[in-house]
Amino acid sequence: MERLVYKKPESIRDDFKITFCPGCDHGVAVRLVAEVLDELGVRENTIGIASVGCSVFSYDFFNFDIVEAAHGRSLAVATGIKRSMPDKVVFTYQGDGDLASIGLAETIHAMTRGEKVTAICINNTTYGMTGGQAGPTTLIGQVTTTTTKGRKPELSGFPLKISEILKEVDGTAYVARVTLDSPKEIMNAKKCIKKAFEAQLKGLGAGFVEILATCPTNWKMTPQESHERVRGEMSEVFKPGVYKDKVSEA
Amino acid sequence: MKKEKELLKGNYAIAQAAVQAGCQSYFGYPITPQSEIGEYLSTKMPELNRAFVAAESEVAAISMLLGAGSTGVKAMTSSSSCAVALMQEGLSFIAGDEIPCVLVSVMRAGPGLGYIYPSQGDYLQATKGGGNGDYKLVTYAPNSVQECVDLTYKCFYVSQKYRTPVCLLADGMLGQMMEPAVIGEYPYEEIDQSSWALTGAKDREPRHIASIERDQETLSKRVVKIFEKYSRILENENIFEKYETEGAKLVITAFGSIARIAKAAVKMARKNGLKVGLFRPILLNPFPEKIVAEIAQKVDGILDIELNCGQMLHDIKASIAGVATIPVKFYGRPAGVMMTVEEIYKQIENVYKEIVEKKYGTACI
Repeated sequence: MERLVYKKPESIRDDFKITFCPGCDHGVAVRLVAEVLDELGVRENTIGIASVGCSVFSYDFFNFDIVEAAHGRSLAVATGIKRSMPDKVVFTYQGDGDLASIGLAETIHAMTRGEKVTAICINNTTYGMTGGQAGPTTLIGQVTTTTTKGRKPELSGFPLKISEILKEVDGTAYVARVTLDSPKEIMNAKKCIKKAFEAQLKGLGAGFVEILATCPTNWKMTPQESHERVRGEMSEVFKPGVYKDKVSEA
Repeated sequence: MKKEKELLKGNYAIAQAAVQAGCQSYFGYPITPQSEIGEYLSTKMPELNRAFVAAESEVAAISMLLGAGSTGVKAMTSSSSCAVALMQEGLSFIAGDEIPCVLVSVMRAGPGLGYIYPSQGDYLQATKGGGNGDYKLVTYAPNSVQECVDLTYKCFYVSQKYRTPVCLLADGMLGQMMEPAVIGEYPYEEIDQSSWALTGAKDREPRHIASIERDQETLSKRVVKIFEKYSRILENENIFEKYETEGAKLVITAFGSIARIAKAAVKMARKNGLKVGLFRPILLNPFPEKIVAEIAQKVDGILDIELNCGQMLHDIKASIAGVATIPVKFYGRPAGVMMTVEEIYKQIENVYKEIVEKKYGTACI
């Protein structure tokens, strides 16, 4: 009988510090990325970009080279690295505010250019680090510190559907939206993250995975309630699935 | 092999010098009067298997530069005035991250869109910056197409040696004018960046480059260390031009293309018996305060001339404060119309009369 050992991936530092709140999905997402990089055997050849937001201290836990980007600029920084060092594995780990609000231009254009990079986006429908303000993905009716009576479309528009947009961008080779609300979904998310890196490794174009993630602190919910929200109203608006897959076609 | 002189436009000279200096990555967004730099490199860089990216904005271009620079390669962007304004965010990060790279800033008239006329209106933008936090953008200002070449080399060298962003501050006149220049060999030693650059954590500990720092003491110390670097740059990499300052009663201070016109006016003044000299800082930031102070102690007045409303003037005044109590006059105007030699000469003559002849009388001069 095969013996399964649960151990820390090599792509996570031995002395890792995690600054995420209890019940937050970031920890799971970070681990999945680390496991994928281990399995692809590219840790020593990887340069990650830490974005502004809850992911800003990425070098506290990731065990490879990391550079920090200004808010929203991660995919421009990734472009600069990849074009200068085409043999490196380059990826960004960003929140939805970073990637889809302040950095939407950098995101769309890096993807449009078909940069051989990977972007992992944590969509938790709020600005987590600054205390739960409304962001580009905040759901209609969602109460935040800047939509105290719930997001009203007539006042602040509609949630932005990142994966649907990036699917239409010619330079993307892989686009998927996943959740982390059950072991099955976590396994699926890992598969998708791996594909998003393979898109880069095979030189097919940009790989993108949007992870619907919990933010119990700012949602003011328990972790269980938070995952129910992901399964429920979040997944209704942001439908999980593989939106584009040139990796399997290749 | 000795290189021949060529008739070169300033912008092409800068672009060719960047290639010659070993620039591996260029990122830019078009803006007049510097678009030829990107145009030239868009063809040349891919031919040499180097990186050229037409960025979607200057905000992106400067971030691409940050990424490229973080791998230790020589990297450059070029832009102008209202677009350099968009780069201030990235420049602050690059300075805080201690990432080497070069920014070519070819000034046009402002504020706002202004127009494409030559200007020196971005002296303050370059030297005092719009980016947040304590940092300096090391800045060199050429006054000829040849200096555009030589100082592009210098910018790459200083950026790589001291791990800092360096700005080549030209203007629309230098960018657009043609004159003979030589694109010689890159004259500086190559600086090994392997001790810090991000290249993948193979057989070594992972590295991280970040301006964020949670520990108060460490954050503070890091900025102190960066400022010590600026002192070393001023000490070791300062370049300036002194012309006829020995025995001068009045010294003209000017930089860039205006300094070149002013030099011709100073020659005219000397011919007419006026004891006038010129001081032209080429390294604008960190500013050579000591040299200005030394000059100020030996003259009766300074006339600062700029194609703006008085920007370097602040540094001149700060340099001599508490050292000399001489009058510092200013002649300048917002960009639009370039100055002529005769025009500057007239100003020199007026100020000379006002300061020097008043003090000594005409007979003693």
